[in-house]
Amino acid sequence: MKSEVNIYWDLFRTFFKIGIFTLGGGYAMIPLIEEEVVNRHRWVSKEEMLDLIAIAQSCPGVFAINIAIFIGYKLHKTQGAIATAFGTALPSFLIILAIAIFFAAFKDNPVIAAIFRGIRPAVVALIAVPTFRMAQSAKIGWTNCWIPIVSAIAIWLLGVSPIYIILIAGLGGYLYGMYIKPTES
Amino acid sequence: MIYLNLFITFFKIGLFGFGGGYGMLSLIQHETVERAHWLSTAEFTDIVAISQMTPGPIGINSATYCGYTAIHNAGHGQLMSVLGSATATFALVLPSLILMILISRMFMKYMNTRPVRSVFAGLRPAVVGLLAAATLLLCNAENFSTPAMNPWQFWISVALFAATAFGTGYLKINPIRMICYAAFAGLLLLY
Repeated sequence: MKSEVNIYWDLFRTFFKIGIFTLGGGYAMIPLIEEEVVNRHRWVSKEEMLDLIAIAQSCPGVFAINIAIFIGYKLHKTQGAIATAFGTALPSFLIILAIAIFFAAFKDNPVIAAIFRGIRPAVVALIAVPTFRMAQSAKIGWTNCWIPIVSAIAIWLLGVSPIYIILIAGLGGYLYGMYIKPTES
Repeated sequence: MIYLNLFITFFKIGLFGFGGGYGMLSLIQHETVERAHWLSTAEFTDIVAISQMTPGPIGINSATYCGYTAIHNAGHGQLMSVLGSATATFALVLPSLILMILISRMFMKYMNTRPVRSVFAGLRPAVVGLLAAATLLLCNAENFSTPAMNPWQFWISVALFAATAFGTGYLKINPIRMICYAAFAGLLLLY
């Protein structure tokens, strides 16, 4: 019984560490996850890890959480998955909460307000840049560039929910790949 | 009631949030700012900035923060707001938990078949559009001011936008360092 608890604790602790030591979002976590999960604990092989990354990337949700759940489930079913998901999310949760409580009290301070007036346009640029990077990896060219353009305009100017865009794009991809020009499998 | 709304909203975001943290931002913004009016665009942008500068996945960071701010803005106390952030974070993770377990148990073998690959082939270009929409929606007076309202702040903002795009896109400067530069510029020029 004790060893059983120890295994969950191990899973939790490892993913807590992964959660706390990664700056800059999901993809920055890949090397750290590999180091811990493949090299140190040998919970999955390097090849399995590549498959997991591919699936976790294409599925909805937070990438790091998806990976954590996959590995937790593989090792210890649902309880394992809960341990790893909880471990990955907890550091973020605690740190953000501390900042939120602190920031709520200070955001009207003129110094803090000035700092954030400078930060806001920079953050918009930080979202703009990955748009182009993602366009490259999604192989956007002259024939399919209408898809992101129409989607963006529908959301931006017409106020269409991104959820509908996702649903239509998935259905469109399915119909196109199955009946018009077969997707290679 | 607001907790139930928060739960449903972030569950939806978790379920339809394709394209990683950045792709998810478009959904979070649409749901929390445009539809529910829980936060202003400026607050949302601040949340993105803080989520980026702190450790952990951006999706979890911003859900936690949005949940807290939504309840806080509704006029509730700190403890209630903490409960709000827990609700949002839990709701965001829950669809992943269900989906990943389903895939592990039964659908692993279907992940590489033609129908599934076709669906993802359609999603990929649309996610680029989602990201573009998030950028466009954030280009507003709350984040940049306007030439009529405050020309000084507007042009400084445009310059900071261009510098950050160039710095992170071409010079490959670390985004967190870039935010620190922008913070310093804001303190110096926009105080």
